[in-house]
Amino acid sequence: MRPRPTLRRFTAAAATAVLATSIAACGNAGNDDTETRDVDVAENAADEFEDGTRMKELAEDGTITIGVKYDQPGLGFKGATDDMPKGFDPEVGKILAGSLGIAPEDITWKETISDNREPFLEEGEVDLVIATYSITDDRRKVVGQAGPYYVTGQQLLVRSDNDEINGVEDIKGMEVCSVTGSTSLENVKKEGAKPRGFDTYSECVDQVLDGTVDAMTTDGSILLGYAAEQPDELKVVGEPFSEERYGIGYSKDSPEMCQWINDTLTTSFEDGSWEEAFDVTLGESGVEAPEQPELDDCQS
Amino acid sequence: MEAVFSNFDEYLKAFGVTLALFVVSGLASLVLGLILASLRVGPVSVMRRAAGLYVTIFRNTPLLMIFVFMAAAMPKLGYNFKWVENIEIAGWSVSAFFVRSTIALTLYTSAFVCEAFRSGVNSVDVGQAEAARAVGLTFFQSMRYVVLPQALRAVVPPLTSVQVALIKNTSVAAAFGMAEATATMRSLTNDYGSQRPEIFLLFAIGYIIIVEAVALSSYALERKWKVA
Repeated sequence: MRPRPTLRRFTAAAATAVLATSIAACGNAGNDDTETRDVDVAENAADEFEDGTRMKELAEDGTITIGVKYDQPGLGFKGATDDMPKGFDPEVGKILAGSLGIAPEDITWKETISDNREPFLEEGEVDLVIATYSITDDRRKVVGQAGPYYVTGQQLLVRSDNDEINGVEDIKGMEVCSVTGSTSLENVKKEGAKPRGFDTYSECVDQVLDGTVDAMTTDGSILLGYAAEQPDELKVVGEPFSEERYGIGYSKDSPEMCQWINDTLTTSFEDGSWEEAFDVTLGESGVEAPEQPELDDCQS
Repeated sequence: MEAVFSNFDEYLKAFGVTLALFVVSGLASLVLGLILASLRVGPVSVMRRAAGLYVTIFRNTPLLMIFVFMAAAMPKLGYNFKWVENIEIAGWSVSAFFVRSTIALTLYTSAFVCEAFRSGVNSVDVGQAEAARAVGLTFFQSMRYVVLPQALRAVVPPLTSVQVALIKNTSVAAAFGMAEATATMRSLTNDYGSQRPEIFLLFAIGYIIIVEAVALSSYALERKWKVA
């Protein structure tokens, strides 16, 4: 005898429910092994800001959209199965959101790639961009950049059996990869290397491992993240040969955000939460937290 | 605007790479496509099937995947084409990246070229081929002297479309180590975020000029080969 329709429907529903629970269980299991730190969330934060400021609006809404990178281990990374991005940039985002009284789980994360950081801010797609966003004069023409909250420099990643390249002076005529269109790639071109652009850092790392290119270049912090994943295969060489000052992007429509970002960063420098954020992310690869950078003044 | 004009040598160099990718893989795909088409309409059934299989595989695979295969999988299998960098002809040598990109573009485009040629061959009345065989020409002779000259006329417009698509497909190489037009555009928009629209526009114009040059020469060919 065939089961009656209602019974079949019930079985299907039950199966779905079981499946859903097991998926949810997987998600939880995935979260357990990520190291997190406690985030201070201010109470009644909305009262602290003046009426009409963007901070007040955000604090009253109780949510904020932050653009971060998803493909840079240690700085901003989100694996295919992760719920939330991990890294130093998201941690800084949590500190800023916390000062508005917004808990980490109420933050909407959005992936920003290098190409869409300015457009996202201009269109109001995101409220803040914290995505290895180097401060430059040209970018400051179209968006606001507060900070820097971290200063790093470009270095080289090579295979550990490579003795030829010991620093930027050895890369003349060598093939060096990075992300297509990035400043790092322009810099090695000026040093006489053959630039090889790829879509993502991970593809570039693969090329180094294969021996298809001689070296990879980008900010030292990102390279350390990759070297830490495969210490037997890869090493970071040479002194930093550029200075990248990571800033926090905000829209020019709300210039008042700059002072708030600087104040919040200053507080986080003083109460140790900035250093803590570094230690649980980039610090994992064994680097000490660097000296706290000096913040730029906010121009009105 | 001045972002591009103050870097105009970069702009020209970038489109030079785009053109080089197009010309080399364009010619290679015409040759390979013609061979494949001849096999597909030829008398040997194994070859017919092999050519059909080739078209099925490469026409149905996204170009990006062929690039990923050439850039990521082939080096792991031991083929990184580094040896071409040791070959020097009159002071010129090409990089392994250029070779891998042109191979990917050629593999992909020749499937379309093959089908364009096949449609041309099909447009020639079957009586022509039968007559050629009747006067004692072999398959290759009848293709060479009777069928292909007539087919060529019919394939100019579809072949042009295939080659135009190839010009624009070279931009996929931007993410695989080639500093061609699209890659250079991205490095300019990274440096000069405030001039984004102008940069886009000027690079689009570059592509339009190249495509238009190809299209115009194809119209010229059509007129020249036209029979009353």
